[in-house]
Amino acid sequence: MAVYKRSYKGYNGAYTPEWSRFRVLTRYGSRGLFKSKFLTGFFAVCLFPFLITAALIYLNHNATILAMFKFGKNVVNIDSSFFSQYLQTQVGFAFILTAFVGPGLISPDLANNALVLYFCRPFTRTEYVTGKLLVLATLLSYITWIPGLVLFTIEGSLSGWHWMIANFYIAVAIILSSLMLILVLSLLALALSAWVKWKPVAGALVLGVMFFGTGFGAAVNGIMRTSEGYLFSIPTLLTIVMHSLFRLGRFTDLPPAEACIALLIISAGCLFLLGRKIRAYEVVR
Amino acid sequence: MTTPVIQLDHLGVRFGKRDILTDLTGTLSGRSIGLLGPNGAGKSTLINTLLGFYQVSSGTAQVLGLDIRTQIQQIRAIVGYMPENDAFIYNMTAVAFIRLMAELSGLPTEAALERAHEALFYVGLGEARYRKLGTYSLGMKQMAKLAQAIVHGPKLLILDEPTNGLDPAARQRMIRLIQEMRDSKDLHVVLCSHLLRDVEETCEEVLILKQGQIVHYSNLEEERRANKKFVEIEAGGDQAGFAEALQGMGCECAVAAGNRIKAVLTDGMEIRDIYRVAAQRDVQLRRLNYRRDTLEDIFMKAMETETANGRL
Repeated sequence: MAVYKRSYKGYNGAYTPEWSRFRVLTRYGSRGLFKSKFLTGFFAVCLFPFLITAALIYLNHNATILAMFKFGKNVVNIDSSFFSQYLQTQVGFAFILTAFVGPGLISPDLANNALVLYFCRPFTRTEYVTGKLLVLATLLSYITWIPGLVLFTIEGSLSGWHWMIANFYIAVAIILSSLMLILVLSLLALALSAWVKWKPVAGALVLGVMFFGTGFGAAVNGIMRTSEGYLFSIPTLLTIVMHSLFRLGRFTDLPPAEACIALLIISAGCLFLLGRKIRAYEVVR
Repeated sequence: MTTPVIQLDHLGVRFGKRDILTDLTGTLSGRSIGLLGPNGAGKSTLINTLLGFYQVSSGTAQVLGLDIRTQIQQIRAIVGYMPENDAFIYNMTAVAFIRLMAELSGLPTEAALERAHEALFYVGLGEARYRKLGTYSLGMKQMAKLAQAIVHGPKLLILDEPTNGLDPAARQRMIRLIQEMRDSKDLHVVLCSHLLRDVEETCEEVLILKQGQIVHYSNLEEERRANKKFVEIEAGGDQAGFAEALQGMGCECAVAAGNRIKAVLTDGMEIRDIYRVAAQRDVQLRRLNYRRDTLEDIFMKAMETETANGRL
């Protein structure tokens, strides 16, 4: 169908493999993210803790500076608690980043009835959700497990292989905690984005679920004198599991297994909501 | 034997307790097929079912030989769909949007970009292809919808009310494009509309639905050919003798009220033969018309028909 001919002609060229097509959505979704100056600035801020932590690790191993400022043997103890603290800081940033980016992923497609155009092609709902989820997952990876592992590697290279082998569980904890955080936050943001077509409201809802859930959980704990109220607080549930993975002992009375199950139920609920909303047409029965 | 474009095999669709499509059975093989019916007849539901958007409650259907129950992804790969309602990503430029749609259909990045430009030029949006879709007029949006439906070179193009909201000039442009694509022989067209004129101008076959059932199937090409054999004559003079003479030539004739004679011409008989007989009989021909059984006549007759189990 050459332009100058302006007549219809079919397509006889090559096709991309079906399994790879969800990446098209991730590519297009990621492309527009950094058009926002606020997001670009905030993303840069999210990397500050990494730079500060990396500097601390370096200082900890620099005998000259330690002697110069009379820090003694070291500035901080670099152990699982240190890496856990770093990741906890990033969790806060991840919440805000998710509230800002997440709602813009699905709600515009729903508001503009664009889903029908995706699904009239050889493109499934699972691929759609995966493609959109990967936009958030990639972004959150840049501020959680990727810099976390870089910090672990820096410390390992400065402390030696023995430290690395002895503390290998920290690397595993960084990856598992981050993946859990990314999965829960991304699914929650996508589900709320799918249910509320208006982007600002969806963003407010994401933050609302985090903070309202935490407040409600604390109220339940206070009134009922129990720790089951934490089940309503996603940030606390994540922290409980993280503490367990970093071998820091119990964060609350709520067992980590229960927290894990609660997070799985929340994720399953989000998938259910997505399954209900991500359709070409809604069937009115 | 050519593969039918659409084969319906006792197809039924139910939403809750409501039967939306009931026991549809038939084969459609034309290059361009019109789906007609009043609002709520089930035209869009049929299309959406063929695309796998609605679950089939009974029977099945095939699109170009592929079963909608088991091969829906393959069907979607060879179908282009232009939905009735606005369906866009408003803050994208037309070329980015069409390219995205092409890539989702499986075209590699470069080919998708090339085809996106070509499709937009083809539908007449070449100059506006870098504008955001949100700034487009209604007519331009319809054209952009058409572009996204053809960008991946489908074998079957399904158009749901393509001329909705178009001014006469834009409508003409849309009809011309549909005719061109139909005549290109590269794809089949299914046009769903309640506008009889659109269907009449673009389709070879018509399927008329009413209350979720098929009430009439018509091959417009054959109808048009058949219509040429029916003539209606208004004559002055010896009408009975004139009718007899025509019968003598093998025509079926009936004298109706108002000096009118209806005749079915035999094969090989031409209009000049009627003039010759009229001259011989000294009959004055005041009017001579081919019977024009328009799509509107067919449609109105179909609407009067009781639904007949949804079969052709």
